[in-house]
Amino acid sequence: MDVGTAPKKVKIATATLGGCFGCHMSLLDIDERLLELVQLVEFDRSPITDIKHCGPCDIGLIEGALCNAENVHVLREFRANCKFLVAVGACAINGGLPAQRNRFDVGDILQKVYSDTPDGRSRVPNDPELPLLLDKVYPIHDVVRIDYFIPGCPPSGDALWKFLNDLIGGRTPRLDYPQFHFD
Amino acid sequence: MTELANVFNLDGARIPFEPGQTILTAALAAGVYIPHLCAHPDFPPHGSCKLCTVTVNGRDGPACTINALPGQDVRSDSPELNEIRRVLLQMLFVEGNHFCPGCEKSGACKLQALAYDLEMLSPHFVQFFPNRKVDASHPDFLLDFNRCIMCELCVRASRDVDGKNVFALAGRSRDSHIIVNSPSGRLGDSTLSIDDKAAHVCPVGAILRKEVGFVTPIGERLYDHEPISQVDLAEEAK
Repeated sequence: MDVGTAPKKVKIATATLGGCFGCHMSLLDIDERLLELVQLVEFDRSPITDIKHCGPCDIGLIEGALCNAENVHVLREFRANCKFLVAVGACAINGGLPAQRNRFDVGDILQKVYSDTPDGRSRVPNDPELPLLLDKVYPIHDVVRIDYFIPGCPPSGDALWKFLNDLIGGRTPRLDYPQFHFD
Repeated sequence: MTELANVFNLDGARIPFEPGQTILTAALAAGVYIPHLCAHPDFPPHGSCKLCTVTVNGRDGPACTINALPGQDVRSDSPELNEIRRVLLQMLFVEGNHFCPGCEKSGACKLQALAYDLEMLSPHFVQFFPNRKVDASHPDFLLDFNRCIMCELCVRASRDVDGKNVFALAGRSRDSHIIVNSPSGRLGDSTLSIDDKAAHVCPVGAILRKEVGFVTPIGERLYDHEPISQVDLAEEAK
């Protein structure tokens, strides 16, 4: 067996917290460059692999904001396991769309959404399996240390490609002007 | 005694100026961009956003209010000053509700464009998520207090150009906010009209023209391809 010739692959884990999977769509949007990417990396926990828990990884990509207790749990698991943790997209960086609920009381929102039924009965979900909503939606850097940020809603496939290439290649990741956007 | 030439030094370049010009106007006229937000070529300087902070003979100050003087040594494009500017932008972003993906001004917003140009990757600070109102009472304009950065350009335009005093700043510190001069306090009951300078001067998405939202497609907006340092330089140097 030829040991030691194949370069060690970089391990990447990805997760969506309170997000729309748009950033993951952008990752797929690097198109045929995915084939190049899989030569360099292997995926740990990710919607792509369906692995449920994150093991020791080199890079963790987090999409979405912190909306409930499970989001916080997943984020902490990523921080504990990833050498570099990256906030991907507007929601992870500043709360984004989910944070538009922050002007309202979370209790009022639940009442409004689930109590306004034709028969007037409240059906606010209370199954113990359901993670509790946080009082507000938080950007992920409010809870754990974040090493890099990739802005955009979503960041383009080109932006993610540039970022991953820079980071895996040992350079300081830097987006070019056309890739740098908040929307 | 010989008189000194009307030239100052900006990051090593010689910038000529007319007496009475500020460092910012002289630099822009000479084709050198200094980041700025509340300064506008049509109005007297306001000096509130502090983004144009430069180091003049070793002391920091806003380039929009400091008069150019012969022989000044001015530093602007340094990593230290750009870091200060980024922090100022971050504070502006967390203070309001600047949700770019849902804003009609996105792509043509000076606050956003400066954040791009200065590579502000995250808001860094804890978001205030203030609870601010939207005033949609005017037939032609939407007033969204969530995005106001208190630059007072609308105040200055309405007072100095339109002669109407439609806008003013009220409250202090965190409670500062724009108020509208009308019996009800609503924009719809004010004298603001579509031809007013004040209606078109907002650098962010706080005063938005109705019915034209998202009319410019992504890819064709003001700051989509070139950074504000190039776009506005060409614009303001005219």
